[in-house]
Order: sequence, then C-alpha cells, then structure tokens
Amino acid sequence: MAEARDNVLDVETLSIALRQDDATVPIVEDISFSLARGEVLALVGESGSGKSLTALSLMQLLSKELAITKGRILLHAADGGVTDIVGLGANGRAIEAIRGRRMGMIFQEPMSSFSPIHTIGAQIAEVAMIHEKVTREEARRRAAELLAKVGIPDPVRALDRYPQEFSGGMRQRAMIARALICGPGLLIADEPTTALDVTIQSQILDLMRKLKNELGMAILFITHDLGIVAQMADRVAIMYSGRIVESGPVRDIFRRPVHPYTRALLEAVPRLGDIDRHRKIRPIAGSIPNIFDVPQGCRFHPRCPAAQLPRCAEAPPPRYDAGRHHVSCIHGAEELGR
Amino acid sequence: MITFFARRFAYMVITLLLVSVVSFAIVQSAPGDYAEIYAARKANAGAIISQAEIENVRRQLGLDKPWHIQYGRWIGNIVLHNDWGMSWEWKRPVGEVIWERMPLTLAIAFSTLIFMYVVSIPVGIYSAVHRYSIGDHTVSLLGYIGLATPNFLLALVLMYLSQRYFGQSVGGLFSPAYENAPWSWGKFKDLLAHLAVPVIVLGTGGTAFLIRAMRAAVLDELNKMYVLSAKASGLSPLKLLIRYPVRMALNPIAATLGWRLTYVISGAPIVGFVLALPDTGPLFLHSLLNQDMLLAGAMIFIYCALTIIGTLLSDLLLVALDPRIKLE
Ligand SMILES: Nc1ncnc2c1ncn2[C@@H]1O[C@H](COP(=O)(O)OP(=O)(O)OP(=O)(O)O)[C@@H](O)[C@H]1O
Ligand code: SF4
Ligand SMILES: [Mg+2]
Repeated sequence: MAEARDNVLDVETLSIALRQDDATVPIVEDISFSLARGEVLALVGESGSGKSLTALSLMQLLSKELAITKGRILLHAADGGVTDIVGLGANGRAIEAIRGRRMGMIFQEPMSSFSPIHTIGAQIAEVAMIHEKVTREEARRRAAELLAKVGIPDPVRALDRYPQEFSGGMRQRAMIARALICGPGLLIADEPTTALDVTIQSQILDLMRKLKNELGMAILFITHDLGIVAQMADRVAIMYSGRIVESGPVRDIFRRPVHPYTRALLEAVPRLGDIDRHRKIRPIAGSIPNIFDVPQGCRFHPRCPAAQLPRCAEAPPPRYDAGRHHVSCIHGAEELGR
Repeated sequence: MITFFARRFAYMVITLLLVSVVSFAIVQSAPGDYAEIYAARKANAGAIISQAEIENVRRQLGLDKPWHIQYGRWIGNIVLHNDWGMSWEWKRPVGEVIWERMPLTLAIAFSTLIFMYVVSIPVGIYSAVHRYSIGDHTVSLLGYIGLATPNFLLALVLMYLSQRYFGQSVGGLFSPAYENAPWSWGKFKDLLAHLAVPVIVLGTGGTAFLIRAMRAAVLDELNKMYVLSAKASGLSPLKLLIRYPVRMALNPIAATLGWRLTYVISGAPIVGFVLALPDTGPLFLHSLLNQDMLLAGAMIFIYCALTIIGTLLSDLLLVALDPRIKLE
C-alpha cells in the first residue's frame, strides 16, 4: 500500500543478529516502520526488547559482534534522493557523511556522552567542521547559536566550559545542540530523559517539541514511558522481544489497543484517580524472553492472557492492518474489524 | 594557578633540603671514614702510619667535627658558591668529576624515557584497537618476555650480539672518529648506535609495562559512551581514536612519568656499571667503596634532585593535560 506520505525514513523488514563463533542469534526480526517529515514516532517496549539496537542500526553503529542480517533502511533526502543505509555498510566516508549530518542521535546518559577533557564548544563545533568544512570560528559561532536555541544561558561563555561543569539537564541540552548543528532531517533519541529527574525531564521534552516545530525534523523517540508517548508522539510502535507487535497513531493505540501486550502495558500505567477507585496497577506477569531462548510462534504466548494454544505457539501470528493501525496477533481481525 | 605553582615549588625546595640531609646522613652512616681507608692503603703499600697522622688527615678533612657542622659547611658551599668540595679520591673538585660523566648518564636516562614512550604508546594503541588479533597476542607474549628478563641477562646478551655481529664496541657516546667532530647525520647515527644497547637494557621492562598500561587505558576509553556519541556525530575512526580515547588514555600514562623518570635515573648508573660505560655508575660505586664522602653524597643528592624535579614536571604536565584536575 503506497501511502502518499513525505517520508524521511523507511525501515523495511529489518533484522539484527548476534554473531557467535558457531551461529547467529537473531535479536531483532523483520521490523518495519516509517517516519514522515516532522513526525514523532515513539518506539516503546520493555527492557531488552531491542529498541536501542534498532536505533543504533539506523546509523550503522552496532558493535562488531552484532550485524544487520536483512532488510533496508531508506533515508530520503529533501531533493528526493534515496540512500539505503544497509547498503552503505558500517565503515567508510559514505556512512560517516550521514552520521551527524542527515541523522542526529542523543542518548540516555547525558553524563557520559561528552568527553570530560574537551570543552562543550569544541565537541559541538567539531560536528559542523567535519561535515561542512567551515572554519573553526564559523563552527564556534554556529555552536553558540545552537546552545542559545536549546536554552543554555550565556552560550558564548558556555562554549569554553567542560561537561562536568554542566548539570545533567544542561548536558542533555548540549547533546541536542550537537545532534542538531548540521540540521538533520531525523533525530534519534534513545531514552533521552530517563536519567533525568521529573522537572528536568519535562523541560527537555518541551524543548524537543519546540525544536521540532521550529526545525521540522522527524524524531524517533525511544522510551518505555507511556506518559511521554502521549505527550510527544504522533505515532507509536510497540516492540516485544525483537518484533513490532502493534503500531499506529497514538490516539488509536491508546483508545483501542488490540494486542494483548499493548493492553497489558497500558493497564500497567497508573492513572489519575487510581488511588480513589482502588484500581490495582497490574504489571505484566513474567518477563521478556532471553534472546537465546525465544518461544516459538508468537513470542508473547507464554505471558499472554488471550493466547489460544496450540495455535499461538506454532506459527508467528499474521499481521492485520486497519488504515494506519497494524497489529500482529491472531485476534487482530476481529478486534480491528469491530 | 600562580599560587599552585608557587606552592609546588616551595614543597620542592623543602623536599630537596630534606633529601640533602638524608644523602649526607647515608654517607656518614657507613662505618669508618676516609682517613682510615687512607691509612689502610698506606699500610698496604708498606708504609708505617701513626695514629697521630690519621688524626691529622681527619682534621684536615674536617672529619673530626660533629656531623651537623660538616653538613652545614657542605650544603652552604653548594648553595652559595656552587662548590661541591674536593673528591679525596680523585684529588679534583667533585663538580668537575661528576660533570665529566653525567652527560652520558643523562643521555642514557632520557633516551630510555623517550624510547619507552615512543614504542609503548603506538604499540599499546595498536594492541587495544586490534584486541585479540595475532598482532595483539604477539605483543603480549613479547611483553611478558620483556618483563621477565632480568636486565643483567639482557645486557650480557646484547653486549655479545653487538660485539659479534655489528662490531660495535659498547661504551661511550661516540666512536673515536666522531668524538670531536661537529654535529652531522653520521655523528647522530653513531650516537644512537652507542646508546642502543644501554637503552634497550634499561628500557625493555618499563616499555613492556607501559604497553600493557596503554592498552588497558585505551580499551577502557573505547567502551565509553562518549566514543559512541562522537561516532554518531560522523567522526572517522582514526580521527575519533586519536582525538578522544587516545588523548584520554595519555593522562594516566603521563601521571606515571614521574616514577618512570625515577626508574631511569636510578637505573642508568647501574646499567652503566654492568656495561662498563664511562658514565656515573662506576664512579658512584667506587666513591661508596672508598668512602669518598663528598663525591658519594653529591651523587646521591643529584640523583634525588633529578627525580624530584622530574616528578614536579610530570605533575605540571598532568595538570596541563587534564582539565578535570582542579587547582584549588
Ligand atoms: N553487544 C551485545 N551482545 C549480545 N547481546 C546484546 C548486545 N547488545 C544487546 N544485546 C541484547 O539484545 C537485546 C536487545 O537489547 P537493546 O539494548 O536493544 O534493548 P532495549 O530495548 O534498548 O532495552 P532497554 O530498555 O534496557 O534500553 C537484549 O536482550 C540484549 O541483551
Ligand atoms: S498471537 Fe496469541 S499469544 Fe500472541 S498476542 Fe495474540 S493471542 Fe496472545
Ligand atoms: Mg536501550
């Protein structure tokens, strides 16, 4: 189905595996998603579901023992050109020219994402110098401009300060400045606020929303906090054990979750009023499977309250689509049709 | 900043003074004195020597005074007049005797230091980047051998090899042909050839150790988050390696420069002695054996002073390299 969307990124049947001496262990399998210009897609899932690996693979940043084994990652330029990131390989000029320029990335740990012995300014300006061959002065001027944009007071003086002189929130702002200095069409944010306390967290989220509206980049936002999804995202994809089990516009998913895992996730979120109504917060029983020992069929079946055995344990469930709402579960047809 | 330097400098001066006292005390603590040695020699040569004569020598040399008076006179002359006294053994000023030989000792010490860092830093980086490769394993193996080989054994083997295969006489800084020639490429090569054996003998153990340290430090840094985040910004692998992990790994390496320096400065005379080089090594040993007190004391003091100054320099280097070190 060809949607008339102006996409920045199309990920098609991407698989990632761990290479071992004797075998390859699949970790992420057959995931597909896309991001339109200026859109925020949240990637949600329990710890270990493969969110970070997916993010890293988009820039070919997987560590040596991991590899993309299948699929395409198509990056669309504003002029209509398409690059397949998988085809570029993990090394060489071509992929380096994409990192930091066409896609920017920020991480969970603002504390350690900067080198402690180089100034903030040097580390931000460097990105512009690599990609745009500008002079040091010009790069510093641009860095100061971005620091101002991300809300760092006295940006010119901040250039010459070291990361450890910044608070966690300030450092994450500086990271955002570094990721955006070359004006990428896509920002990948891997749990950018998880390490921050709640007030700082909401400031950073506000900032990211503001910058998105101003600069128009798409954001792949990785989180396991559904509250953040509701605030930030246009669409959401739910990952479980290396697969996307359900995806769609945030409203649809929140109003009418279909996949039993999505439902369980939403039920696990405490809501306002829960205390008065004595509603129990129900965390999902059991835990995510070990990558070396994943269940056959639907990977959620050992934990699934709606499982139909042996059917669910035999083959992976088919995918059902209702408009832009997709779900991979045997109950998909009836639920989506309703 | 200024106060930091001033304070460090003041500490250094105080340490030097303490060291001078200790050097003097060590020399003093040996049983007997030069007057007795002098008497014994005369006796060996068949001369009859009276107790009065011995006392006379002792008085002439000031050995009858209490030790703090002797020390005061000694250090006073050094500080005020740069006069290190006379070597009784050589019948020449101590300063002169030492400075004839000190250049060779310093040349060996500093060449060794340079050799250790020039070899270990790139090899350590290579080993870290190509961890568990054949190259890395080879380096590790050679490193263990280097660490395990006693210096004297290495010295004997290298002396043998260089005599046998290169016809190179071990000893001195230059071949006779270049001794008084002006500086030229040939003279430089000649210098290197002469320094090679003592430098390898003195530097192998330290180099092996530093390679391991550098490898570990780089590996540590390579796993840090900021490396991934720099890579995600588009840095090429080589540029990234040099700009971040290597630069960081140099800090702990620089921090050990002080005691590396101690090691080469105290090791150079020993190597000089084993290889029978005309450096301060043999001079020092003989001065101790012969109770040539002023010479021995001066040499202990100079070795210590070089070490203390070196430590200060390495601390300053570390401060310059690492902005995380706060100068309160
Ligand atoms: N280098 C690696 N070697 C082996 N296994 C790995 C490696 N990196 C990740 N994995 C495994 O792959 C799975 C997915 O990891 P990933 O980091 O993508 O999870 P995540 O969804 O980001 O989790 P979190 O919420 O904890 O960040 C995990 O089971 C993890 O143990
Ligand atoms: S396919 Fe079966 S096991 Fe899997 S989520 Fe649906 S009902 Fe549960
Ligand atoms: Mg993660």
